[in-house]
Amino acid sequence: MEWEIVIGLEIHVQLSTQSKIFSGSSTRFGAEPNTQASLVDLAMPGTLPVFNAGALRKAVAFGLAIGANIGKRSVFDRKNYFYPDSPKGYQITQMDFPIVGEGKVDIVLDDGSTRTIGVTRAHLEEDAGKSLHEDFEGMSGIDLNRAGTPLLEIVSEPDLRNAKEAVAYLRKIHSIVTYLGISDGNMAEGSMRCDANVSVRPKGTTELGTRTEIKNVNSFRFVEKAINVEVQRHIDVIEDGGQIVQETRLYDADKNETRSMRSKEFANDYRYFPEPDLLPVEIDDAYIQDIADHLPELPDAKIERFKNEHGLSEYDATVLSASRAMADYFEAVTGICGDAKLAANWCQGELAALLNRDEIEIEHSPVSAGHLGQLIQRIQDNTVSNKLAKQVFEGIAAGEGSPDEVIEKRGLKQVTDSGAIEAMIDAVIAANPEQVEQYRSGKDKVFGFFVGQVMKESKGQANPAQVNQLLKDKLAG
Amino acid sequence: MEFKTLKQLSDGLAAGEFSSVELTQHYLARIAADQNTNAYITVTEEQALQAAKAADEARAKGNAGALTGLPIAHKDIFCTQGVRTSCGSKMLDNFIAPYESTVTQKLNDAGTVMLGKANMDEFAMGSSTETSFYGPTRNPWNLDTVPGGSSGGSAAAVAAGLAAAATGTDTGGSIRQPAAFCNLTGLKPTYGRVSRWGMIAFGSSLDCGGPLTRTAEDAALMFNVMAGHDPKDTTSMDVAVDDYTAHLDRPLDGLRIGLPSEYFGDGLHDGIRSAVMAAVKELENQGAVVKEISLPRTELSIPAYYIIAPAEASTNLSRYDGVRYGHRCDDPVDLEDLYKRSRAEGFGDEVQRRILVGTYALSAGYYDAYYRKAQQLRRLIKDDYQRAFADVDVILGPTTPSPAWKLGEKSGDPVAMYLEDIYTLSVNLAGLPGLALPCGQVNGLPVGLQLIGNYFDESRLLNIGHRFQQATDWHTKTPA
Repeated sequence: MEWEIVIGLEIHVQLSTQSKIFSGSSTRFGAEPNTQASLVDLAMPGTLPVFNAGALRKAVAFGLAIGANIGKRSVFDRKNYFYPDSPKGYQITQMDFPIVGEGKVDIVLDDGSTRTIGVTRAHLEEDAGKSLHEDFEGMSGIDLNRAGTPLLEIVSEPDLRNAKEAVAYLRKIHSIVTYLGISDGNMAEGSMRCDANVSVRPKGTTELGTRTEIKNVNSFRFVEKAINVEVQRHIDVIEDGGQIVQETRLYDADKNETRSMRSKEFANDYRYFPEPDLLPVEIDDAYIQDIADHLPELPDAKIERFKNEHGLSEYDATVLSASRAMADYFEAVTGICGDAKLAANWCQGELAALLNRDEIEIEHSPVSAGHLGQLIQRIQDNTVSNKLAKQVFEGIAAGEGSPDEVIEKRGLKQVTDSGAIEAMIDAVIAANPEQVEQYRSGKDKVFGFFVGQVMKESKGQANPAQVNQLLKDKLAG
Repeated sequence: MEFKTLKQLSDGLAAGEFSSVELTQHYLARIAADQNTNAYITVTEEQALQAAKAADEARAKGNAGALTGLPIAHKDIFCTQGVRTSCGSKMLDNFIAPYESTVTQKLNDAGTVMLGKANMDEFAMGSSTETSFYGPTRNPWNLDTVPGGSSGGSAAAVAAGLAAAATGTDTGGSIRQPAAFCNLTGLKPTYGRVSRWGMIAFGSSLDCGGPLTRTAEDAALMFNVMAGHDPKDTTSMDVAVDDYTAHLDRPLDGLRIGLPSEYFGDGLHDGIRSAVMAAVKELENQGAVVKEISLPRTELSIPAYYIIAPAEASTNLSRYDGVRYGHRCDDPVDLEDLYKRSRAEGFGDEVQRRILVGTYALSAGYYDAYYRKAQQLRRLIKDDYQRAFADVDVILGPTTPSPAWKLGEKSGDPVAMYLEDIYTLSVNLAGLPGLALPCGQVNGLPVGLQLIGNYFDESRLLNIGHRFQQATDWHTKTPA
């Protein structure tokens, strides 16, 4: 039987506010345990939440970026459950009246086609703390530094049809939130986490199959792998005559398998009800308009502009717009060298390879946009050949200084002095009379041999175009 | 000295008749000698004497305000930095708050002297102060009877002359009902008028801090300090604060008083009915015009309240789980055991009962039938009041259907106890201000009337209360 896969994602995005969503504590990552937990975060008796207006602005900005309805009146609710890292015994979240309503997001698939994915809603909530199970013999430690960090939970429609689409959608959301500057999107630090709801059904049917939820996947790669392995599990179970049980599962990256975390029979009754400590949040058109007026250029608009303004292909424009930092970098390089195509090639070639190899984010690139721009200028003005420029790039990456300094130190300056080149050519011709004879008798292929010899003689520094031209003249004799 | 009003004591301090240290020592001595009321959970003798000394020094420098140097008690629901705040519960028996509630901070800043923390029903759940982990408080008017609740310790302390005034909180009548039982003036303000920051939550959408005093004038003095917007409590309203003492003497000519027929029906003690009607007569003598009105959903306020308050309480009390502070059971075998035993050991019966009721009312499948319905009733109750306030300025009725009952009399029958709150609950559901005033006695026990005002109309209530007390002497009576 042919199966259709149905996937919906719930993405938790940590909003980059200075302080927590309901207290004044800092949200900085990596501090000593419980040094960023105020009376409110500790749920001291008598303490009350005060809503952080910065989180509201960021949520509204996201809603506007995906063309969603903004809730003029949104309401916070309590979601009740006991857990040691949930200090109040409930989480403040939004249930019936979220700040962001229905919206949509376009994703580009590998074949270049575009799909529109529905966003059901996005709501504000507070993060929980962390339970620390190591270092405590027979006990658990609780770190409440993260408790109260503002989250935007973005819930998609079950519109995704395979793991690759899910990843493309996740990347798109990542790119939107980082463009907006509302989150650092750092998945390794948990600033963005994702739950995937997965089900399968016979192709052609419309009824949804029983779904399972894979919790807290925190990298693009693992999302794809986790979904694929879970989909296969569903198909195997059903084809073996079994039934899928609705449950929450965890993905084990080491074993590349999912395993049951809790089944629905043990599901909590969260007893949602409106949070009486917070008034409903009411906003007006002027507030929304003000945020709309300050939205930065978003990925889709940037792709269009890169195509029109810089003449980039769809592919190049998409890749270079994937993150705001990369797009800014590319534009800075182009601004210096004036050649968008060359800039695009370098950004996607040498630079991308370097960042990939060393697993560095573009923000921390050892080669600054200024240096790459200058390097391209040196190619343009024939100071270095394209080939040697790669060595210059390595030198910059290794911290040897600016392009000009590296060219100078490594002696990579291109030889364009025709006298010097002619002298080298003469020497090569003199040393290889046999090959000269062959060439002159019509064996054109030997020409490449001469080019190689001259370049070798020049240690790669001779201008290849000049070498070609002068060789032709000399050999023609 | 112990039965003087805040105003009289303040005048005495100003005139140099006694110092705040002397006054405080006087009250501390009375508290120490008291064998009967169990009004206090914690007495803060040293701290009180220090505060009194500071007050005397401030006065010497000419920095005294209306409340400087006056010894008062705080309900043990208000967090006070460095002093145990138990909320009447074993759960918080060892809890020393690392911070100060807004209400107590404001009163400290005004120069009042905290004598100690007053007894109360556990987590303010009760109408008799019998559910306290620290034992029941007794009514100074008759030691066999209850002082009312949940602010019974506060009321008993003032009534017995163990404090010049006290703070209380009112979720369903917990200031007004003990005021009525102990012959005091008790003000339950408009919801949002007094900050809840640092006040341990029971029913968040209902809880209100307010004063328990001998007179309306005293209530105005204290309320001047307690009222106001607090950015730390977003449900506290950013509305300008009156000078509540400024309008006390305003004549009552033309004042329109509504008497809700539902407040005078079956179940109302005859002695209370006649005391309240005599008070109405007095107000009419002063020029007020009385009109019969109807608040048809009065009876429905009990089921609505006993869904909403426990529902909120059930989640407000979730934080007492044995993990961070408060009571933790010994040697838990696992997390579940830690939760279950800490909570079973830490909470008393009434608190556990309400947590169960509230959890049930919010649970999947019952939310619509109970919680949502209760909220709809709440809206209708509010509407009833707003309709009434189109025709009248204030609403007047009894505070309680009967005078103070005997200790233990209703302990085995929670529903009977809940019914005693019939006249006060709906005021909390609507978020309106209410003032309880002494207006008579039945069998040697005090009787209170209740004035209900429109939102933020506390000035008017205190004005009526003051005029009534200028013409009557019920409020001056003290227990034998």
